[in-house]
Amino acid sequence: MNTTTLTVYRRSRPLPSVVAICVAMIVGAALLVKGFLSGGNLVNIGLQASILMMLAMPMTLVIMSEGLDLSAGALLSLCSVILAQALLSGLSIPLALCLSLLTGLIFGLANGVLVANLGLPPFVVTLGTFGVAQGAALVLTDGNAVAGFGPELARLYGASLLGIPVPVVLALLVWLATHVLLYHTRFGTYVFAIGGNRDALTLAGIRSRFYHVGIYVFAGLVVGFAALLLTGRMNSAHPTGAIGMEFDAIAAVVLGGTSFEKGDGWLLGTVMGVLTISILRNALNLLGVESSLQMVSIGLLVLAVILIDSWNKARKESST
Amino acid sequence: MNGASLTTWDKVRQPLQRRLSGEAAALIYRMGLVVLIALVLAVLSDSFSTSSNLLNVLRQASLIFLLAAGLTLVIISGGFDLSIAVNLTLSACLAAGVMKAGGPPLLGAGVALLCGTCVGLLNGLAVTALRMPPFLATYGTLWILQGLAFHYMGGNEIFGFPPEFRALGTGFFLGIPIPVYLMVAVLAICTVLTQGVNYGRELYAIGANPVAARLSGIPVRRRQLSVYVLSGLSAGIASVVYLARVNAADSGIGEPLLLPAIAAVLIGGTSLFGGVGSVFRTIIGALILALVINGMNLLNVHSTWQPLVVGVVLLAAVLLDLLGGHRRERIG
Repeated sequence: MNTTTLTVYRRSRPLPSVVAICVAMIVGAALLVKGFLSGGNLVNIGLQASILMMLAMPMTLVIMSEGLDLSAGALLSLCSVILAQALLSGLSIPLALCLSLLTGLIFGLANGVLVANLGLPPFVVTLGTFGVAQGAALVLTDGNAVAGFGPELARLYGASLLGIPVPVVLALLVWLATHVLLYHTRFGTYVFAIGGNRDALTLAGIRSRFYHVGIYVFAGLVVGFAALLLTGRMNSAHPTGAIGMEFDAIAAVVLGGTSFEKGDGWLLGTVMGVLTISILRNALNLLGVESSLQMVSIGLLVLAVILIDSWNKARKESST
Repeated sequence: MNGASLTTWDKVRQPLQRRLSGEAAALIYRMGLVVLIALVLAVLSDSFSTSSNLLNVLRQASLIFLLAAGLTLVIISGGFDLSIAVNLTLSACLAAGVMKAGGPPLLGAGVALLCGTCVGLLNGLAVTALRMPPFLATYGTLWILQGLAFHYMGGNEIFGFPPEFRALGTGFFLGIPIPVYLMVAVLAICTVLTQGVNYGRELYAIGANPVAARLSGIPVRRRQLSVYVLSGLSAGIASVVYLARVNAADSGIGEPLLLPAIAAVLIGGTSLFGGVGSVFRTIIGALILALVINGMNLLNVHSTWQPLVVGVVLLAAVLLDLLGGHRRERIG
């Protein structure tokens, strides 16, 4: 086998596994779960998947850069709380969204500077900002939910555009934006390089740290945007409401075949990972499996995929 | 001739001396920080320097330390264990369930230790036999264990345990809380393990450079497996003490302890990058955190501020680690 076919084979390796898992999940759920294929349920899956999609898109970039963002869930809660409090104090939705985006920007910048400029391990940094974000949300609300800011946001969440629910449209827009950013801009090329060979990037005279910070800033901004959907869905904001969502997002990225090393990422795979997890949760819900066991099953699924990932890597290493 | 031998001696001695004094200085700074925080609190609050409050601080510190002791060993050997707090939750819930069903306290404590150790063993196998990155493997087990704990408790709380069991957390012996004795015992064992026998030197070697350690004949994977088991056992011990103190178990009791435990290890000066640190330093880290938390209580700071403060302390500890110059390339 010559080198070119080998490279093509490696590039396309994640494709079969996640596609197979995703298709198996859809077919299995359609056959085994009553009411899965009803229109209302499919819309429900789309709505459920939309927030997860928003977290998983930037998480793909973060993981490709050999990083991890554990603060995403807590930050989403904080942004949601800030958004809700801004609305409560009489600000319009766009202004409140700006505040939420600003919060996301600040946390993304902090994560990025600590990880990229100071070279600290991403998981401990984001664990620290997780604590800060969770703490800030608790302090702002005294631990209570924020509600009673009028129905405008919920109305926006419930609206639809050409028959497609607005949250799904927004999630698709985030996908599109991430796709363009990753595959059609210089930034995207550098993202691949930051994960693959950071030193080469630096030696080529590119400010790799700047772009590395950019990844985390992008992540923070998208989380700030996703707060709009979360707050709209609940029509309230809870200071610890979204904690744990980062796990689903990381799970979706890992399922999608993005590797934690070597800048090996695939955005479409993440989308399928998001679908897989949303369908899995939805099917288990319909089957009456409690959410705690859903958590266990997703955890096992993720460990299995990480296992396959690290085995593949070991095999590749031993063969070269 | 004399001069030459002197320079050779200097070449060996001077870096060693500088290193030793650097480590000693780092330790003294941190002890100074403990004294400083204590003094500030004594000035700010009248009730701080009562003996009951000081013993309370010690008890709080011992809980953080018991959870963090195993983690310290894992971090020294270059790994990480994110599942400790949830391991504590699950162990405590199982122990509570056993005692609720009429099991004797000893059996309850035994179940907690066994559960903790088994979880540690699973983590260790995932990292060594299955070659998963430690951070990811333990992050996965974190959610699996959390799910199991939710499922086991079903949203309920189990409370009210026999007084013999509660003594483990709230009891006194010769005027000193029993958890403090446990802390000293665990410290003694860990110190002998890490400083007194080859096992410890091997852990430092693995943390500093796993490849060099393997090439020099250290059974790296077996040692790594052992630290995860010890970390699980450490979480099991902490779960018994914590359960005995709060006298109630629910599926979320461990979660608020994760950040303090990690922060205690790092603020004590054990490096995230492996190969540097000690269990004794973690006690100092635990004392600093216990003092901060106690101070916030005494100064009537609402408990909602706690995660924020601990998060900031954790980030500060990581920065401190960086300033300590232990930074090395590492995949997180």
